[in-house]
Amino acid sequence: MSLGNILFLAVLASAIALFARNIRRVIRNINLGRPQVINDRKTERWRTMALVALGQSKMVARPVAGIMHILIYAGFIIINLEVLEIIIDGLFGTHRVGAVLGPLYDLLIGSFEILAVGVLLACVVFIARRAVLQLPRFHKPEMKGWPSRDAMIILVTEILLMGAFLTMNAADFALQELGADHYPPVGSYPVSAGLASTLNLTNLQLPTLISVERITWWFHIVGILAFLNYLPYSKHFHIVLAFPNVWYSKLEPRTQVSNMPRITGEVRSMLDPSVAPPDPAVPRTVAGLEIPERFGAKDVFDLSWKSLMDAYSCTECGRCTSECPANLTGKLLSPRKIMMDTRDRLEEVGRAIDAKGMWEDDGNSLHTRISEEELWACTTCNACTQACPVNIDPVNIIMEMRRYKVMEESSTRPALTGMFNNVENNGAPWAFGADRRLEWTQDA
Amino acid sequence: MAEFAATGEVPDVLFWVGCAGSFDDRARKITKAFVRILNAAKVKFAVLGQEESCTGDPARRAGNEFLFQMQALNNITVLNGYGVKRIVTACPHCFNTLKNEYPALGGSYEVLHHTQFINALLKEGRIKVQGGNFQGKRITFHDPCYLGRGNGEYEAPREVLLKLDAALMELKRSKQNSLCCGAGGAQMFKEPEPGTRDVNLERSEEVLEAKPDVIAAGCPFCNTMLTDGVKHFNKEGEVKVKDVAELIAEAADL
Repeated sequence: MSLGNILFLAVLASAIALFARNIRRVIRNINLGRPQVINDRKTERWRTMALVALGQSKMVARPVAGIMHILIYAGFIIINLEVLEIIIDGLFGTHRVGAVLGPLYDLLIGSFEILAVGVLLACVVFIARRAVLQLPRFHKPEMKGWPSRDAMIILVTEILLMGAFLTMNAADFALQELGADHYPPVGSYPVSAGLASTLNLTNLQLPTLISVERITWWFHIVGILAFLNYLPYSKHFHIVLAFPNVWYSKLEPRTQVSNMPRITGEVRSMLDPSVAPPDPAVPRTVAGLEIPERFGAKDVFDLSWKSLMDAYSCTECGRCTSECPANLTGKLLSPRKIMMDTRDRLEEVGRAIDAKGMWEDDGNSLHTRISEEELWACTTCNACTQACPVNIDPVNIIMEMRRYKVMEESSTRPALTGMFNNVENNGAPWAFGADRRLEWTQDA
Repeated sequence: MAEFAATGEVPDVLFWVGCAGSFDDRARKITKAFVRILNAAKVKFAVLGQEESCTGDPARRAGNEFLFQMQALNNITVLNGYGVKRIVTACPHCFNTLKNEYPALGGSYEVLHHTQFINALLKEGRIKVQGGNFQGKRITFHDPCYLGRGNGEYEAPREVLLKLDAALMELKRSKQNSLCCGAGGAQMFKEPEPGTRDVNLERSEEVLEAKPDVIAAGCPFCNTMLTDGVKHFNKEGEVKVKDVAELIAEAADL
């Protein structure tokens, strides 16, 4: 084994170890949420995942962004086949080991190159949409600072990686043309052959060309491994979580609100004295802290783990917010912000647990980040859940937080208190008694 | 319903009138139009009358799960007591709650929105509509969130409206991309949160851009919101907001 192979092994092993550690941290954080069993209707779940995640069916609701995204997505998945070859070459000192595939190898390398150009162009268009066209959904208040930087880092990294890939191929092609040792003439280079001739690469000295080829080879693979480890800190993590998140989608009708069985027990015993009240709830212990059974969500621990997975799956595209009737009419509510706030709070809790080995109440909660004004602006119209390309459900978080406000803190909008009283006393949201329910028949 | 029970007769369907349909002056007209259709089609239907109570939809959406479940469990006791199997309602919010949320509490029924019910009556030939007043008129349908996006029913109201021989126009935002009227999620019963404008004006403006003669609604709350919106833009003289049931009753001269 050469020094290069050993160095490669070390880089690869540490990148994988670091990624595994980050994945474990994310799984631990998601499991801070309330347990919820989701394993029904499996056929429908696989079908939904195939259609929505793999097939990107909801992305094309907006054709320009959708088609560009499919280009990057296909490029990402297919070009990564190349990584397999790079790893084998890196570990065993071979060069373009895939060439054993013969004509298939030519086809593969050729298509990688064409896709790489597609990805490059799509990333340039995406940067332009953000920086030049300034599409409103990319410039809402919650996008200030890190979220916008994160988006740019991702796009620029992808451009650099694709640039390195094509430059590496161009240098390799020139070396093959010059008959250099260790660079047998394999692969087809529809794009980089042109690049090599435009730049007159065959005029360069062999050692220079070999340096260019080696540097871009290392830059490409180290870049990919670094990017892999950037994912868990970035909105770009959606490339991993989109698949499980869609598998666990809510399959019930969008406007169906989940039942609270615990309350059913209490209400049944209230309505019928012969029914025994339910046993007191057993508090759940999470990361060393007892979490009391609460009605609704005060903090991330009170949300279902699925809502927490939703939060990590959000890539902040803002399609939800741009369809939200509240946001469209200038209200504070932005469904994307609900998801980002949930994720940021979860990360904050996770970091505190990592630092102290257990969770201690820090006096903050989801409600520190999400205001009542946001919660009460939602019309539960589900435009956001319809718009989300990976079936995230912000309405569920809003509903759970409203439940906490109303049932644990008795805090609501004054008019809603009036509505509650009417429903309770008259069986209608208005102050009309049941005796007037049939008035409409009088002149019917 | 009590009268049916007393004679041992079983109605074909229970008409769940809903609070808007019972108490709101505008929505009462929808109730009456739908009843005229039911009578014309000789449907044997019952209402619960004083035994009907709010489904609990606004309480649940406003976060008061206790109140919702009290309403739901009481209603289920009444419905199951009468052995109700089939329910029709002109309110998508009642429809969603009865259909999707009562089963978890022990109340499972076949629940239909009135546009689905009317569509079936038309298909079976139990009522006949020949365009009538609306022939050639520009009509546009506003999808209620709780019927369309919520429960995937986009076609029944459109199929019914086609019977009017009118020019049926789709709005820019329609079907799954329809824009809310602003009333859902208990907003109907509170002031809007601060913003630059009200949701119903945003929607009404879009609907009016289509220059309809009639805006067809399928929800008493959408009806209120759009009627207010049309008034805001001083168009109430030219543009009428009507429920699908009212249009059919009027066209069939009922």
